[in-house]
This record gives sequence, C-alpha cells and structure tokens, in this order.
Amino acid sequence: MSQNQAMPFWMNAILLPLLNLLTAFVAIAVIFLVIGVDPIEATKILVLGAFGYEEGIGFMLYYTTNFIFTGLAVAVAFHAGLFNIGGEGQAYIGGLGAGLVCLTLGQWLPGLLVIPLAIIASALFGAAWAYIPAVLQAYRGSHIVITTIMFNYLAAALMVYLMVNVVREPGQMTPQSAEFDSSMWLPAMHVLLAKFGIEIESSPLNVSLFIALVAAVFVWLFIWHTRWGYQLRTTGSNAKAAVYAGINPSKMIVLSMLISGGLAGMVGINEILGVNHRLLLDFHLGYGFAGIAVALMGRNHPVGIIIASLLFGILYQGGAELAFEMSGITRDIVVVMQGLVILFSGALEFLYKPWLMKLYLMMSRNSAAKEVA
Amino acid sequence: MQASMAIELTDVSKHFGAVRANDKVSLSVEAGTIHGIVGENGAGKSTLMSILYGFYQYDKGHIKVFGQDSNFQNSREALAAGIGMVHQHFMLVEPFTVLENVMLGNEGGKLLKQGRSHARKELTRLADEYGLSVDIDARVSSLSVGRQQRVEILKALYRGAKILILDEPTGVLTPQETTELFRILNALKDQGVTIILITHKLQEIMAITDNVSVMRAGQMVAHRRTSETSKADIAELMVGRKVLLQVDKGDATVGKPLIKVNNLTVKDALGVDRVKNISFEVKAGEVVGIAGVSGNGQSQLLEALSGIARIHSGSIEINGIDITRSKPVNPERMREIGLAHVPQDRHRDGMVGTFSAYETAALGYHNDKAYNSRFMMSRKKVRDYCSKLMEAFDVRPRDPDLKSANFSGGNQQKLILAREFEHDPDILLIGQPTRGVDIGAIEFIHKRIIAMRDAGKAVLLVSVELEEIISVSDRVLVMCDGLLTGEVLASEADEKTLGLMMTSTDSNAASNQPEVSA
Amino acid sequence: MDASWFDTSLLALDATFRVSTPLILAALAGLFSERSGVVDISLEGKMLAGAFAAAAVASLTGSAWVGLSAAIVISTLLALLHGFACITHRGNQVVSGVAINMLAAGLTILLGVYWFNQGGQTPQLPNDARFLSLTLPGVQLLADVPYVGKIYQELISGHNILVYIAFFMVPFTSWVIYKTRFGLRLRAVGENPNAVDTAGISVNKMRYLAVICCGILCGIAGAYISTAQNGFFVRDMTAGQGFIALAALIFGKWRPVSVLFACLLFGFLDALAVRLQGVEVPGVGEIPVQFIEALPYLLTVILLAGFIGKAVAPKASGIPYVKER
Repeated sequence: MSQNQAMPFWMNAILLPLLNLLTAFVAIAVIFLVIGVDPIEATKILVLGAFGYEEGIGFMLYYTTNFIFTGLAVAVAFHAGLFNIGGEGQAYIGGLGAGLVCLTLGQWLPGLLVIPLAIIASALFGAAWAYIPAVLQAYRGSHIVITTIMFNYLAAALMVYLMVNVVREPGQMTPQSAEFDSSMWLPAMHVLLAKFGIEIESSPLNVSLFIALVAAVFVWLFIWHTRWGYQLRTTGSNAKAAVYAGINPSKMIVLSMLISGGLAGMVGINEILGVNHRLLLDFHLGYGFAGIAVALMGRNHPVGIIIASLLFGILYQGGAELAFEMSGITRDIVVVMQGLVILFSGALEFLYKPWLMKLYLMMSRNSAAKEVA
Repeated sequence: MQASMAIELTDVSKHFGAVRANDKVSLSVEAGTIHGIVGENGAGKSTLMSILYGFYQYDKGHIKVFGQDSNFQNSREALAAGIGMVHQHFMLVEPFTVLENVMLGNEGGKLLKQGRSHARKELTRLADEYGLSVDIDARVSSLSVGRQQRVEILKALYRGAKILILDEPTGVLTPQETTELFRILNALKDQGVTIILITHKLQEIMAITDNVSVMRAGQMVAHRRTSETSKADIAELMVGRKVLLQVDKGDATVGKPLIKVNNLTVKDALGVDRVKNISFEVKAGEVVGIAGVSGNGQSQLLEALSGIARIHSGSIEINGIDITRSKPVNPERMREIGLAHVPQDRHRDGMVGTFSAYETAALGYHNDKAYNSRFMMSRKKVRDYCSKLMEAFDVRPRDPDLKSANFSGGNQQKLILAREFEHDPDILLIGQPTRGVDIGAIEFIHKRIIAMRDAGKAVLLVSVELEEIISVSDRVLVMCDGLLTGEVLASEADEKTLGLMMTSTDSNAASNQPEVSA
Repeated sequence: MDASWFDTSLLALDATFRVSTPLILAALAGLFSERSGVVDISLEGKMLAGAFAAAAVASLTGSAWVGLSAAIVISTLLALLHGFACITHRGNQVVSGVAINMLAAGLTILLGVYWFNQGGQTPQLPNDARFLSLTLPGVQLLADVPYVGKIYQELISGHNILVYIAFFMVPFTSWVIYKTRFGLRLRAVGENPNAVDTAGISVNKMRYLAVICCGILCGIAGAYISTAQNGFFVRDMTAGQGFIALAALIFGKWRPVSVLFACLLFGFLDALAVRLQGVEVPGVGEIPVQFIEALPYLLTVILLAGFIGKAVAPKASGIPYVKER
C-alpha cells in the first residue's frame, strides 16, 4: 500500500546521489562565505590543485588509493549489517604490520619476498585489530560502533608507545623507524613509468593503486558471486532468516569484520611500503573516516566506491592546496566536507526522493497522455 | 422502524498512488449491533477501518457518525467522536502497568500523580460494568494475551468509545478465550455499544454478528443479515466464485516413520521449558497436524526439528538418523538428511525482503552444487532455477529479479513452498502455510501439500487454523503449554473437542497463565 | 595513618566529581534521546561544538554565562539537525551521528582559526570569564567539626556551579522521566511508538523534545570542559568522552541513578590513572604514560564486553517510526 512504485534505476542510482552531492557543495559554499572566502575562487584553487598539474594528479590518485581500501572496508562490514568505524585504527595497525615485517624479515630476506609478506602482514594486522570488537559484538552484544571507536584511540596510544620506545632509531629524536632498504619499496608510479619511457612528475602515487583496484574486484566477486558473500548479505539483511537457512550469524559477523579490517589495514601497503618507507606516526589520519563517506556515497558497491574515492581524492588534494594558498583555511575544511557528504549521502539520502517521485509521476503521466492522444 | 445509524459511509474512496484501496464503499452500521466486515487480504477492510479511526483521510465520499458529518484528521478526533479501535497487534507498552497504559494520552495533568486516582476509580468502574476484570497494577508484559486484549478494550472504553472496532481479534486467542471475548462483546452490545468486527473467520461471523458486509478488491460487494446467510454464501461473495472449503483427498498410504520424537524437552532462550517431554511419530505418506494456539511450544518444536534450536533432553530421529547423537545439529545438516522447512513467519525467517526473488529462492540452499562451483556462485544458474520454481508453483509475476517484498503474500508463500518442495525432501515441516494468503492460493497450497503426502513424504503441519488442520491432516495432535494433550484422527475430529484439548493440560495443574484471579 | 587515608580518599573523590561532571551531563543527555528511541552517537560532537562556542563567546563577551548560553544554543542546533535527519527523514541514526561528529570536529577548528588565528585554539580566558570554584555557606562554621567539616569543605563545597548543576540533574532527570506526563510519554515512545500514535500523541514531537533535552545537556557538558575545567578550547578537547558517556549510559541501563554511578566509576578510575603516572609498579616498572592515557578507552571496552547481556535497550531504539499499515 505504500509508495513502492519503483523509480527508474538511473534516478535512484545516479540522480539522487548527484543531488545529495550538490547539496553538500552548496553547504560548503555557504561555509566559505561565512569565513570570508570566495567560493568561486576556492573552487578554482581546489580543482586546479587536483587536476591542474601532474604532481597534483599524482597526489590525488595517491589519496584515492587509500580511500578505495577504507571505502571497501566499510562497505564489506555494511553488507553484513555492521558499522565499522574502526578503519582509522585498523589502517594504523595494518601499517604497523607492514613496517614490522620490513624491519625484521627485511634483515635477511630479499626485497622480492619481503614485499608480498609485508602486504599480507598489513592485511592480517588490520584484521586482527578488528577481531576483538567483532567477537565482542557477535558473542557479547557489545555495540560495535563504540568498541571500534575505542580501538581507534587504543591504536593511537599503542603506536605512540611503540614509535617512541621500541621502534625509534637509537640516538634520533623523531619517533619513527629507520628507513627501509630500497629493495623493499613499492615502486612509485613515476619510477615505474620512467622504465617505459614515460616521464611524469614525481608524487607519492605508487603501484599500490593497482593492488587497491584488484581488491575492489575481489570484493565485488566475493560479495555477489560467492556463497560466503551470499551468507554475509543474508546476515546483514535478515539475521533470523540467516539462522533459518543454516547460516551462523556470529561467524559471519566475525568474518566480515576480519575482511573489513584487513582491507583497511592495506592502507599500510600504500603508506608504509609505497610512500614513507619507514614506520612513523599519524600516516593514517583521516582515511578511516573518509572511508565511511566513500562507502555511503558509493552505495557500498565497488564501482561506486572507486568513483567516490576519486572524488574524495580530488577533495583531499584540492583541500590541501586550499589550505596552502589561503591563510584562513586549514586542512580541517576537508573534514567538514566529509561530514557534509556523509550527512547528505547517508543520513539525508532520501531528502529529495519525494520531489523526484512527484516529478517522475508527472512525467510518466504526461507521456502516457501523449501516447493516448 | 428506522434503526438509528451509528456509522454511515457513502461512496468512500481512498487511493494510494495508483492503487484504489477503497473504491466507492458504502456501509451502514446500526447502533447497538455487532456488525462484521469480511474480505480477503488486500480487500480493503483494514484501510476502511483506518479511515474511520482517523489514521488515514478519505479522498472522496461522506462519513456520518451518529448523524454528524465527519472527516477525522487524526485518531484524537475519531476518539472524541466516540470511535475506539482494538488493533490486531496490540498497542500496548509492555513494561508499563495496565494503569499507565490506559493513562497514556489521558494523563489528567502534567504530573502523573494528579490523574492517577481518578483513572483508577474510572477503570475499576468500567471493569465492573462490563465484566472486564484485570489487575490494574500488573505489568502488561506479565498478562496473558486474552487479558492484554481486555486492556485494549478498556482503553477504548475509558476514552468514551461508543463504537468499538476490533481488527482480527481472535487470531491470538484460545477457543476458550474467544468465547470469553464474545461474552464481553455481547455484554457491551447490551450496554448500547456498537461493535464492528473485522475478521476472515467465517464461523465467527455466523456465531456473533447481527449483520455482515463483504468486501472484495477494494469494493463493498454485499450486505447481509447474518441470520439470512451462510458460510458458503459469504465465502463465494468474498472470492467471486464457488470456493471449496474442504480439500479433496483420498486415503493415506502410510510407510515407515520418518520423524520419531522421544521424550523431547526444549527450553527457550530464558531457560523456560517450552516443549515438555513429548513423544510422537510421523510416517511416510501421512500428514500429521499439530493444532494449538500459538505460544504453546509449537515454534520451539519446529525449531528443534529443523536444527535451529538445541534440545534439552530426549531424542529426535529424522529419516532414520538420531540427530541428537550426531553432530553437527544445524539447519544445513537437516537439509542434507532430507528435511525441508517452511517457517511459520515467512517475513522473519523464510525470506529476505530486500533480496530479489532468485536470491530468496536460494535461501537455505546456497551451498547447492547445482549453481555453485568450488568458489563461485553462478547467479545465472540461480536465476534459471528460480524461474523453474516459479513455473512449477504458478508464482506471479514470473520475475526472478523482482524484490521479494514486492510479491503478494500468497505468491511469497508459494515461492517458499516451491523452494522447499522442489528439493525433493523426504520430510516436510510446514508452519502456518496459509497465513496472509488469499483463498485462491490457499486451495493451491493445500493441494500441493496433499500431493507431497501422496508421493510418500512425511509431513508435519503446524497451524492455528483448526479448519486447515482438520481438512489437510490425516492425524491431529494437540499441543497445549508444551504438552501433547490429545490425538485424534482427522476424520473424527471436530472443533469443539480440539478446542477443549487446546485449553487444558493432562496433569490438571494450574497453568502458567494468570487467568484465575482478576 | 588514619587521617592521611581519609585525606587521600577525599582528594580522590573530589577529583572524581570534577572528572565525572561532563560524563554525567552527556550520559543524561543520551538518556533522554535514547529513551525516546533515537540513538545518538553524536554526544561527542555536540559537546565539542558546545565547548568551542562557550570558549569563543566567553572570550568575545567576557562572560562565562553568555558563553554557556551559546554552548547550549549551538549544541541544541546540532541536536535538531540530528533530529531532522533521524525523525523527519527517518535516516540512519548512526550515520547521522558520525556526520555530526565530523562536522563539529572540522567546523570548530575552521571557525576558531578564522576568528582567533591561533591554529584552532581560543585565547586563554581571564578568571572572570570562567566558572570558578564556589565556596558554599557554612564552611567556616563546620571547619572544626571532625571529618564532617573536612568533607564539607573539600568534597562538597569548592566546586564550580556546573558541577552542582550536573549532580542536580540526576534526581531532576529521574523525576521528569518517572513522575511527569512528559516522561511517561517519552518512555512510551521509546518502547512502542505505535501505542503512542494511536493514543493521539505525536511521536515526532516527543522525539524532537527529547532530542532538544539532549542538546541542552550536551551544551552544558561542553561549556564545562572549556570554561570551567579549563580556560580555553583546543582541538579534539573532548577526547572521546562523548563515547565513554554512551558506554556509561548502557552500563547504567538507561536509568539516571545507575548512570550516575557508572560515570562516577569512570571518573574515579580516570582520576586514579592520573595518580599512577610515573609510579613504579613492582614487577612491571614504570607504567608508560600512553597506557595511562589509554586506560579510559580500555575500561570502556571491558565494561561493554562484560555486562551487555543483561542490559535491555528501549525497544524502539534506533528504529525510525513509519506509520505503515
């Protein structure tokens, strides 16, 4: 009896999200005006900062890599009905895993072996950081939102302790490890392309972008084309039906969080192996939360996530440029943009639906009338 | 002599988008009578009552309540005009006491203690006047279903209802509680209260109403004086054609027992015994029906048999395998040894509303080799399989990509039945197969169940509809408070004896229900 | 020996009261919201925004009270935004909470830099623009009474007014929830909104009122942190206290007095942890400062892990109300 008349796919999947995004941008423009910034000017700087020069594009895609990982992480958990807000901590600890492998095994194994091991380690460590909140939710009913947020704080405390007391190079003040031998570095894109004779400006962009894309394909296959993905989605949509079907919801909760944590942990591949080549503090900041915005914007589907990740890459790089160029703005503007995107694409996602419905009904009535005439 | 009309509806219409829920409905309810409204699911009776109660506003037409033109914008206005509603699903706040529930919305002041003594006095008076005794200070969650319903009626009367609308009131009651309800309704009628009874149970219409109106597909198709009509007459009006109220079936050819339950005890999540030491058998080629009001252990029994719930003591043998000894015990394993399960609550257990039909068609069988390779699940193969199921069971529309929630109740149920039947199980557990299903589909489903029985399957049927139990089963077992209180051949069963068995337990001990004192 | 144990306990309790105050206010805020069926994980964001508003406005106007009012206004506006998303638009309540937390985190710094140019920090407030300790009447009179005098002087007197308000809020909330018509309807909306609707009461209106109560209390909590406990606002000042308050709310089973004790427990452990800083524990050595900092978060997880099975949230919690037939 309710209005379950389906809007055409394109309206639901493209027009509606686009309108939500537009609203977020209008809100940003208003905020710009309040802090005395010309929105047009700001947009110019933002877009140019992201696209206007090679190095900018490189940075943009480097950010995109991280967003793909964390966006996929949040999406996988969402499909199982869970809200993983622990991407920050899982990314941090995932990086720890990658770095520890390089610092320890890197002493006596060749780079070619260390790299894959480090990649696996970053996923495993990230998964491990998601394990306890997952188990607590599945078997004790502890609210996973609160526990994953707590684990973000715990990760920060742990990493500070390790960087200052354990990993720090003796005699150095900065809380970070020694740099890894270059054999353990993931090749940067400009280095790789140079081998094929293509010259581009140097930037942090590296081959982990390809790993991220592979991860997206894996997630797509897993969620929609395997029986484990089926079980995961059933658990997320109707846990009681899952039980009826012989699925163990507790196991599915833990499985989905392990995969989710592992994906978030793979940010470490980009940051530690690809960019910084050492263990350090705060390399993870913001990517976990951005992943939430990316997943919501991308409707929890890998294709949408990749597109949303590109958009956020633009926002991040453009935002950094804005903060650089304009004295009144800090990088916190990006956090505000993220919040607005989450608000309009997530909480208020059906804001425009009633109007669109009316429009659609009007349009279809008109075209029906034309057909009759 | 012109009887005074409590309610007069003239050409009332209501649209939801393109759907005409009520199409030019006219109805006259005489004051001080019990008036029944029957119709299938989706016939529009609930919408009509919601309009009367102020939940919805009508698009066209006129409504007169006690001669006054009315167009209620909300339930407050309807209440002010004297219309009270007792919903199918009770509108009670479980942790509150009866007094608090009645006071809600009529507190009598900003501080609760201001209105409390007045409410208490008034409630006691009403309870005495209409014989609706109930413990005012009891928490609603501790009351039996019958008592909770009384609280709902009291709430309406407390607010001054002169017209009482009851929506499917007996679905959750035992036959004894139903008789008690009818006594109350007659007492109310004697006091001048007008009662509108919405139901699909034809025997209730015949038992208690003065007049009956029949709805079909959003329209009012007939009015009758109850004394001048019959169940068959009403059924035909409801569906638009002659309806078989009995299933055509031959005798059963019975084989060896495929379900053997011995001294089974099952506890619920709170540790309370819900199935108490029962034993029975279901043989190949027979339908055993379990009759009883919901809440007497049937759900726990089905959960134990299907592998969902753990058993406390006793044994279960399915298809010759003692499942209490072997591990693991879970629904997946049960399906492997030849058991299929149509759950009682299809929305909660049997399907995923947001999934497409073809994904619901794989529920429980998602590991099936027919569409799974080592790692991958072929969506195309699942889709094709779903189309096959839809053909076999005439599920409409034949669209495997349509969201499961968008099918009608009958078609959802047919899809689930198709899924469970087509895997060719040896044993079938079926719970409430025709709940929320139209009469036409009911015939179809009953026929298919008999067909499975004739193919040599063992069928265990759980239903709260006595008519269904009696007409489909070969043997009838009655469950009350976790015990088997009776066994009868279906051919020798009648509602009265079954009803008695449904309300008394063997041991004569006082039941858990606080029925005894007010 | 006796006297010093007494003194130490007094000091510990005194610190506990001061540390628990924002938790108590935020947890009670969450109580109003959740009891009506609206899940609110943005207590953190509202507190942060309130803290910023209080410090900024107090700095600009020179009055702590005007700052407090600003905090309440801002926090309530954010609460209404959450309400708009969750109640009117039936959006996902957790997502809305996350969005508000982010908006608060970003906007407080953005505006702080714009107005004060100190990297997001607000200027140090002079004493007369802050909430300072109050000496209750009778301290001198009771000063010589053994034990009682000391208790009165150290523990009961000498807090700032917001602490007293926070503690007063506990019995006040209890009274509102259990003894008034508003409270009855609020609890009903959280358990069975259908019942409330058919009784002729607006479910949405009740939830909006609840959310406003939440906003007011969060504003006071935020103002406490920046104008009473400290004299300025700085980035991420709330440090997760909004989430810890949520855990206390769950641990206290959504009942005001139990929630009070849960918050006091957290406050006590936090105060204790600060005392442990730099202390040598036999067998382990000096406790690393990061462990001390991590303790409240660790405790929250342990608490949630151990006790959830028994806590029953309001039945309609987190479910948007849809009038559907």
